[in-house]
Amino acid sequence: MSTHHDPSTDLTTRDGAPLPERFEDPGLHEHRARVGDTDPKAQKRAERQVVVLFTISILGTIGAIVAYALVPPGETVGTMRLSNLLLGLGLFLGLAGIGLAAVHWAKSLMNDHERAEDRHPTASSDAVRVKAVEALREGAKDSSIGRRGVLKGAMVTSLALFPLAIAVPLVGNLGGGWDVSQSKRTMWRRGTRLTIDPSGRPIKASDVTIGSAFHVIPEGLEEAEHPLNEKAKAVVLMVRMDPRDIKSEQGEGWSYDGILAFSKICTHVGCPVALYEQQTHHILCPCHQSTFDAADGAKVVFGPAHRPLPQLPITVDDEGYLVAQDGFDSPIGPSFWERLT
Amino acid sequence: MKALAARRHHRSAPVVLLLLALLLTGAVYAIAQPASADAAQAAASESDVAAGQKLFQANCATCHGVSAEGREAVDGGAGGPSLIGVGAAAVDFQVGTGRMPAQMNGAQIQAKPVQFTQDDINKLAAYVASLGAGPAIPTEEQVDPSKGDAANGMALFRTNCAMCHNAVGAGGALSQGKWAPALDDTTPTHIYEAMLTGPQSMPVFNDANITPDEKRDIIAYLDEQRDGSPGGLSLGSLGPVSEGLWAWVVGIGLLIGASVWIGAKSS
Repeated sequence: MSTHHDPSTDLTTRDGAPLPERFEDPGLHEHRARVGDTDPKAQKRAERQVVVLFTISILGTIGAIVAYALVPPGETVGTMRLSNLLLGLGLFLGLAGIGLAAVHWAKSLMNDHERAEDRHPTASSDAVRVKAVEALREGAKDSSIGRRGVLKGAMVTSLALFPLAIAVPLVGNLGGGWDVSQSKRTMWRRGTRLTIDPSGRPIKASDVTIGSAFHVIPEGLEEAEHPLNEKAKAVVLMVRMDPRDIKSEQGEGWSYDGILAFSKICTHVGCPVALYEQQTHHILCPCHQSTFDAADGAKVVFGPAHRPLPQLPITVDDEGYLVAQDGFDSPIGPSFWERLT
Repeated sequence: MKALAARRHHRSAPVVLLLLALLLTGAVYAIAQPASADAAQAAASESDVAAGQKLFQANCATCHGVSAEGREAVDGGAGGPSLIGVGAAAVDFQVGTGRMPAQMNGAQIQAKPVQFTQDDINKLAAYVASLGAGPAIPTEEQVDPSKGDAANGMALFRTNCAMCHNAVGAGGALSQGKWAPALDDTTPTHIYEAMLTGPQSMPVFNDANITPDEKRDIIAYLDEQRDGSPGGLSLGSLGPVSEGLWAWVVGIGLLIGASVWIGAKSS
């Protein structure tokens, strides 16, 4: 211990007196009487207030039941709103009245003398602890686990294996299957017609005017075994721009006279990218703001996506309807599928 | 007749005759031209077109050119696209929502108080429609929400519109300061015209993509949203931002208030 005395670290009390050796427990605050404790009128008033709060609760509950009986939700938004409002108000008053009354009662009418309750020590007495350790030791000795090696092995194995009975079905049910390749295949085949989502009308190339954006599903989607699963993979955004505006495409001749079709599933984490700005030809993803340039092979111009939206090669059939030349040539959706297979 | 005969050898007679011949040809062509199917165009009289042209030249020609042929913006000056073939619907939308005449350049042209009477807008529309065939202003019946199927409208809105305009048409942000406006106060006619003409960033949804009946269904769906939300306060229908603010500030504020009250000593 240093004998050097540094006054800057010396602690003193506020009035300059030296610190005491030990702080005394200040105990509870001095009890202060409430108005109601000395004035019977005030007490009577507090009692009335509690009664009023309970009465509000009673009225609220009755009101809720009456509203339920007399104001049905009905057909229009206005009546639904009124019905919800009255039911909710009744419930609110019914519960809030009870709560406020209980708290007010406890605070103003019940006695408010402070009391201190000491905690119990958490540890058991020494005698009990010695006994417990002894019991455990005796059990271990009785099972002779140290000598019976096979028994020990069997026990450890069974304990280690059991969680698999829960884990395997749990993991196995994720996504319903581990056939990763099915995420690479969509319904688009050579000659599949492009149809309008949701009506399923086929689209004539001549109907797609410049500046248009069509939300497209493959023909026959409704007849597929799992229409929603197929739709989730096959949705396409089709736009038409002045062919002179097209800077590049993902494949030679994949567009038709300025009509371009791209997968609508973002290559970042799979949100539907469908915000199309017809003047800049940008396609935006609403989830993380990935931006693709439809005029430039759907290249990523902003945001976290890593690769362009796959382009669907299209052409027209004999009747002038737009059809796919083939399926997508790269996997649709988030990029990790590409790495998996 | 005598006066005419006397002047037939006048120096400018060939010019006058040429002009007359040109006018005649123009008039015959205008009459013989295949009648356009849209009603508004047919109803537009010659005088409307002429009055519209005057209005156009006074108010629009600076950017769109004297004959609406469009002008390139030079050195930050005013420029605007050609209006030939945009149709009456585009004029009625752009001028009827106050977007045109544009006040300033920016990320996008903003809606503002309408600068013209509907009568003048109709004349402007008649003039622009006379320049080339384009979509016409829809009729009252085409945009009547009570005739549409709101449920089908919702399916269409979800597929075609909700990504930009929000699920109930509350609007949303696009890139670089552009935005899709809220549709709460847009008239049914203007909604219809916007789909038909694709103003600014908005793509065109022509009648092959969304049929006129389907457009009316969409209008019916949007009209339903104006009755308010059956669940009470919609907080702008903006999702987690306004709802989160409400829950944290008002909800948790009330909880804290209640705890302080319960814990405080009664006087």
